[in-house]
Amino acid sequence: MARGFASPLWTKNGFAVARANVPDVPVSDFRKLCVEICSQDGRLAALCTLPARRQDPEEKPEILAVLADDARGSVGLLATRVPDNRRYPALSTELPQAQAFERELFEDHGIRPDGHPWLKPLRRHADLETRPGSGGEGAPAHPFFRVEGSSIHEVAVGPVHAGIIEPGHFRFQCSGETVHHLEIQLGYQHRGAEALLLKSSPARRLAVAESIAGDTSVGHALAYCAAIEALAGVEVPLYAHAMRGIALELERLSNHVGDLGALCNDIGYLPGASWFGRLRGEFLNLLMELSGNRFGRSLVKPGGVRFGISSEQRRNFLARLARAERDLRDTAQLTFNSPTVGSRFEHTGVVTREAAEALGLVGPVARASGCDRDVRRDHSFGIFRFVHIPVALVDSGDVMARALVRWLEIQRSKTFVREQLNELPQESLSVDIPRLAPESLAVSMVEGWRGEIVHVAVTSADGQLASYKIVDPSFHNWFGLTIALRGNQISDFPLCNKSFNLSYAGHDL
Amino acid sequence: MFDLLKARLRQGHQTTKFRNESGQLPARFRGRPVLDESKCPEACRACADACPTLAIAIEPLRIDLGACLFCTECQEACPEGTIVYTPDHRLAARSRADLVVSGSEAKLATALDQNMRRLFGRSLKLRQVSAGDCSGCAAELTATGNLVFDLGRFGIQFVASPRHADGIVVTGPVTTNMEYALRETYAAVPAPKIVIAVGACAISGGPFAGAEASHGGVPADIPVDLYIPGCPPHPLTILDGLLRLLGRIDDGRRRV
Repeated sequence: MARGFASPLWTKNGFAVARANVPDVPVSDFRKLCVEICSQDGRLAALCTLPARRQDPEEKPEILAVLADDARGSVGLLATRVPDNRRYPALSTELPQAQAFERELFEDHGIRPDGHPWLKPLRRHADLETRPGSGGEGAPAHPFFRVEGSSIHEVAVGPVHAGIIEPGHFRFQCSGETVHHLEIQLGYQHRGAEALLLKSSPARRLAVAESIAGDTSVGHALAYCAAIEALAGVEVPLYAHAMRGIALELERLSNHVGDLGALCNDIGYLPGASWFGRLRGEFLNLLMELSGNRFGRSLVKPGGVRFGISSEQRRNFLARLARAERDLRDTAQLTFNSPTVGSRFEHTGVVTREAAEALGLVGPVARASGCDRDVRRDHSFGIFRFVHIPVALVDSGDVMARALVRWLEIQRSKTFVREQLNELPQESLSVDIPRLAPESLAVSMVEGWRGEIVHVAVTSADGQLASYKIVDPSFHNWFGLTIALRGNQISDFPLCNKSFNLSYAGHDL
Repeated sequence: MFDLLKARLRQGHQTTKFRNESGQLPARFRGRPVLDESKCPEACRACADACPTLAIAIEPLRIDLGACLFCTECQEACPEGTIVYTPDHRLAARSRADLVVSGSEAKLATALDQNMRRLFGRSLKLRQVSAGDCSGCAAELTATGNLVFDLGRFGIQFVASPRHADGIVVTGPVTTNMEYALRETYAAVPAPKIVIAVGACAISGGPFAGAEASHGGVPADIPVDLYIPGCPPHPLTILDGLLRLLGRIDDGRRRV
């Protein structure tokens, strides 16, 4: 990749680099490079601010782009300083996948991306309300996008929904049953996790990381630990890597199986709903066997894992896995062979490959639209550097594709867990964590069950965490749901929503 | 159809018989801690310092289960084995003070008064409100309804509208952005009504206590009738708490 001018610093997932080595380029070059790289093989994995450098004469805020080059397995780091007036030309106009990141920069740091098409707060609800000068008495500062016309009606749902589910507001613009546009307003779950993590003790940080999205405890804990381990310069024992891999795949299994059940429930296919629902519990129970908690909390810790597995446990595990496998196969066969399931899943909520690429979708949702990306293969980490799980790819982009990708991944994760249990190396569980390297930066990426989790940690001159950025896969994928619903019936919304099954808390942090 | 019946026969009956004694969960499961303060060395506060949520106080040694994440950092930090997490899932209590454990006794939830029991004892409809939860507690509340735990057999059901509910179940530390919706939902439930706080976040803020955009649990002016601790609580812990509140469990034995 020869380039005429500056280029990013190319590194790997889970490696620390000196902060000083991250190129700091003028805003125009920054924009040009990001757009150029993302129009070829790259993706924008994160866009966030950096803490002020030591003895910095200038007070200008600095932003960092984390660019993932999946084909080469490298991660590009590029920084720029926003000019004094805290404005810069928005990336989103040419790079739709930057839209949410730039809204975040604006509401959290007052950095204005000029020309952004929809610069509305993601999480700060106070800013959504009426403000003086926002155009007339009582008009909200950021109204919902509206489709005009005499036959158009608007449907508002949430934040409190009918069911045990997280809060979010959905605004549909419809004519008859057809949805022309859906706008999703989130932020209700915003707790302030990133700021809290910075000011917490190490033990508390792990607890916060595990609670970013409760169904992805293992995934986020792993990403946090990998970032810390990279900054501390330690290598985790192979045994710990294997245990972490088993836990991560059990988490994927329980969620994917649960999702298949929930999809069946939404179309009234009750055998699938009940049986997948129960089988989800089997995998949670295996995680509990391993870690003492159904969501695998406290298993992963910086430096390794807290628990191992005895040979007796291992035998018990394998037997239970085999039983679950048999029941899963029966249930999946019945479900996918059922005409009622096919007629509701097929051609519903289609996301084209072009849309998925443009929006930077990740995880099973992207793979269901034919985007061949999986962090476990492309930016392999931990045990996945030694053992490869084939990537599941379907290209129809509909609800059926998202269900099928999950079913394929279930089968492959099960095989992986079985193989790992049979080949566990005998080693120590963990190593100690020394002081973190000063003025360094580490990016850690993990393929959680929803897709790519990115944590970016930066240390200060005295080796303390100076900033911490968390990107949950939901952050990329919520916009995919908006696009999936266009032209569909409003009554298919629950089904489409379930086929994405995104985290509100993970988005809102 | 034939395949369906065959699969049903093969899988068999999967609903667990509800037994409420301790010891049905794996040895590693972390339930109610038991403390033996006599083992504590002079002026040692290793456990209190290790606790991520500051749930432990010393002299006398006690753990606030309302803040405890059951992560066992304290058990690991203790040089003497003073704190042991047992696999006993029964944790729910009626008051904040009853959640504070010292020694080995448990102050488990007592039943509602007779009038409330007459109203809700055999049919309780609840509306869940997520207010900043990570979805862990919500997932376990959902799990109580699956065919293994089968909450419905006890006459307890989650409903879609607060107007149809007898009470609310709150999860999460109550974020600034959800406070209004939580209060509106509570107000929409017809009286008499009950409030149940599920998980460390709803009880004390849990891992998010002190976070800038959340409140540290259910606001003080909303009276809580039942606290179900855990991060998240196991479905059996939730069932135990609900059935105790309805007066349908007495000393580990179920009364129907």
